[in-house]
Amino acid sequence: MKFPDIRGSLKLKFRNWAFRRTVETGTVQLNQRRIYILPTRQFFGFGFVLVLMLLGDINYNLSLGYVLTFLLATTGGLSMLYAFRNMAQLEIHAGHVEPVFAGEQARFVFHFNNPGSLDRHQIHLHDDEGHETVFDLPAQTSTPVELALPATQRGWLDSGRLTLYTRFPLGLFNAWTYIHFDVRALVYPKPSAPQPLPIAAAPDGSGKTTIRGDEDFAGLRNYVPGDAMPRIAWKALAREQGLQVKEFSAQQGQQLWLDWSQLPDIAQERKLELLTRWVLDADAQGLQYGLRLPDGEVIPQHGPSHRAECLRRLALFGVHES
Amino acid sequence: MKLTAQLTYGLIACILLVSAPHAEHLPIWVSAECGALLLWRAYLARSGKALPPRWLLLGITVLSVLAIAFSFRSLFGREVGVTLLILLSTLKLLELKAVRDATIVVYLSCFIIITNFFYSQSIPTALFMLVTLLVILASWVHLQTGGLAFKSRLRIGGVLLLQAIPLSLILFVLFPRVQGPLWGLPQDAYASSGLSDSMSPGTMSKLSLSDAVAFRVTFDTAAPSRDRMYWRGPVLWDFDGTTWKRGRNATTRTGILEDTGMPLSYTVTLEPHNKRWLFALDMPDKLSIKYRLTPDFQLLSEKPLNARTRYRADSFLNYRANPDEPSQQLQRALTLPRGLNPQAQQLADNWRKQHPHDDAAIVREVLRHFNQGGFEYTLEPPLLGMNGIDEFLFQSKQGFCEHYAGSFVYLLRAAGVPARVVTGYQGGDYNDLGDYYILRQSDAHAWAEVWLGERGWIRYDPTAAIAPARIESGLSAAVSNPAALPFMARNPPPWIRALRFNWDALANQWNQWVLGYDTETQFAFLTRLGMEDISWKNMALNMLAGIFTLVGIFTLLMLRRLVVRQTDPVQAVWLKLCRKLEKSGLPRLAHEGPQDYASRIGTAHPALSEHMDDLAARYIGLRYQSQHDEGALQAFKHAVAAFKL
Repeated sequence: MKFPDIRGSLKLKFRNWAFRRTVETGTVQLNQRRIYILPTRQFFGFGFVLVLMLLGDINYNLSLGYVLTFLLATTGGLSMLYAFRNMAQLEIHAGHVEPVFAGEQARFVFHFNNPGSLDRHQIHLHDDEGHETVFDLPAQTSTPVELALPATQRGWLDSGRLTLYTRFPLGLFNAWTYIHFDVRALVYPKPSAPQPLPIAAAPDGSGKTTIRGDEDFAGLRNYVPGDAMPRIAWKALAREQGLQVKEFSAQQGQQLWLDWSQLPDIAQERKLELLTRWVLDADAQGLQYGLRLPDGEVIPQHGPSHRAECLRRLALFGVHES
Repeated sequence: MKLTAQLTYGLIACILLVSAPHAEHLPIWVSAECGALLLWRAYLARSGKALPPRWLLLGITVLSVLAIAFSFRSLFGREVGVTLLILLSTLKLLELKAVRDATIVVYLSCFIIITNFFYSQSIPTALFMLVTLLVILASWVHLQTGGLAFKSRLRIGGVLLLQAIPLSLILFVLFPRVQGPLWGLPQDAYASSGLSDSMSPGTMSKLSLSDAVAFRVTFDTAAPSRDRMYWRGPVLWDFDGTTWKRGRNATTRTGILEDTGMPLSYTVTLEPHNKRWLFALDMPDKLSIKYRLTPDFQLLSEKPLNARTRYRADSFLNYRANPDEPSQQLQRALTLPRGLNPQAQQLADNWRKQHPHDDAAIVREVLRHFNQGGFEYTLEPPLLGMNGIDEFLFQSKQGFCEHYAGSFVYLLRAAGVPARVVTGYQGGDYNDLGDYYILRQSDAHAWAEVWLGERGWIRYDPTAAIAPARIESGLSAAVSNPAALPFMARNPPPWIRALRFNWDALANQWNQWVLGYDTETQFAFLTRLGMEDISWKNMALNMLAGIFTLVGIFTLLMLRRLVVRQTDPVQAVWLKLCRKLEKSGLPRLAHEGPQDYASRIGTAHPALSEHMDDLAARYIGLRYQSQHDEGALQAFKHAVAAFKL
């Protein structure tokens, strides 16, 4: 549905009209009022086979044929109950979504809880664009289910209304429900191609132009997305201490301002992308850096939370929170 | 889901199971080809190699279809259809690309099962069907579950099947039956075995080698003695020197029985034999189904009997049959081919000279001749030539019932006494389990009827003059070499006999109630169940009611395990306390632990403070500090019960 055709948009309109549209918070429990069931295309194929069999039974007076036909028919019918049961009473709540850069996949996490003593099989979760994930849910377990949606634009990415469906056990019936959680992912601008940091613009006038933040090894800190590859402490990873990044002490007192107004005259989005790149580089080099945007500034600092704040400002620049 | 090797094995098993019963009647090369294709497919799945290219599959398909067309000389008809279906389903396995293809294979397997019922609908077939269905369901579930273990899939399929069985039973009983066929059946639809409308030396002895059931009989009252159980079939008049045939009756007048006693009533369940004869005890009076009684007391149905048929019949054991037989018919009963069997003719002439006016005396002479002339009753008589009667009477003197009946009638006709051959079955095996008699093909028999003026047609059984044991106790008692007989005619040990009788009784019930469940049986059964006004509408309503009730029960049972509540006994008591407080307007907040809750209540209601703190401490101790023992729990319970606001 990349290019929504008339049929697709009609379908969407019908669904919006026919099914609930509310955005939910907290934990949702799937009850019979939320689960819809309709036969699938296979159901009609199977029905056709059964009708043929029944005609054969009548014509050739095959009593055992009647038995077989009825067994298959009732099995098929019962599978509807199974499809419903496979979804019923599941508890779902939305989890935390890590911010991503535009162009990456935002990983929405939903926590599914199966409170019953029955295993649930092959539950599909997908959005309207067809991004899908499939999972099983054994009895009395909770599982985080990750749905990766492409983040194309900076700003907030809404998961949209998601469809949760199952065709267990025979594929003859489709039991589904819609879930639309109040959950969104923060999408940072896509970092532009590497550009040297605007060191010359350092306003402190110390005269030092070469700032290298890799002179003295200062220690390890936890990895945050966006850290430069060469700084990852592979040895620490090999020692199973998790993904860590080497930090180097830069000379104190050096402050770098990443200033919107100093940028050449390029499109707004390009400016944001460039600033994003610089924030990442400056952070990787262990510099104290500040960000100055038309709508405010972040004073120079260093550290993961500072970096996150800068990126957040860039992501939400000009975005009106609704 | 992806088409894994596991799934492919499952599908191969499905096709293998549904086609296996067909192996015995498929052309051998088709079985071999399908087997080879399945093996090839299994190899490809195992080795992970690519499926054969499209052109190769197309080539194999076209060649196979051509070969089938050539070997059957047609592409239409049931046999060809079944063969094509099996072959094409097997080939479909070689082009499994998507889940859709796998689904088609599953549907095809279901359909192929039903084609097996053209050939057999016995109890073992039904059991095999259930096994096959289970495997198919397991593969089908596999399509929707991916990585689930085989055992779990089998369990899901098995539970589905078990739940479907009672539902299908309701459908089976109440689904309105339509009397088929809806369209014309091909000629190859039915097999046939049993009596034919002619008799020559060897006809009966060949039949007597078969254990197959001809029909079963249940008597309303006491059964007659075995030597009076002559089940009348085709009556043969015309003799050409070797073969006796029915010929054409010279009258259309139905036979008349006089001086009859009370009729004897019984029910016959006749196996299909693809001929029109119906069997009834000598002499039949009337039947419960549509039939025609010929002038020589033969029962004919309207159409060839190609389905198991059940009817009630009345017969008279004492009678005078057609004392005023029309002369044209009597003439037929005297006709012999000219110039054959001179010795027999001379023997008959001698008897006629001795008893010029006494036909009955001549009959006695013939019987005495058989009895004392050194004749032997055997299943393997020597072959006879053109003057067969002479050769038998004066040289070989070895014969089976058809020889005795044939030459008996021949001698009487030669002496000028009207006579005819009657074929049918004699005796019957009593099954005390089901209280019925089984007549097998090995009970096929031929006897004679002689017309003695005022006394009408009288039955004589020349076999009884040579081997009375045949009539009184059955074939095995009468022949000298029982090893040649079929198993059940040989008097097997009692326990085997009992086993076979048990099995036959079961098969009989199966035949009557499952396979023979048609419009009439359905009507009778539903009436017996107390259903009034049996109409389609009523049956459909009852059917739906039954199904909804069962589905309702299943739903309740199935949805029971969706939520399992906490069952920790300590927590249950604590929650009880919380409910008590909530009723008094002091609900516990979602974030509050027991200590916070207790202290909040203590501040709000200082009177409760001590008691609350104690309860919270007990709870924490029991639940979180593993101070678990029955006594403490009981004390906690009592404390909560005693807690009053």
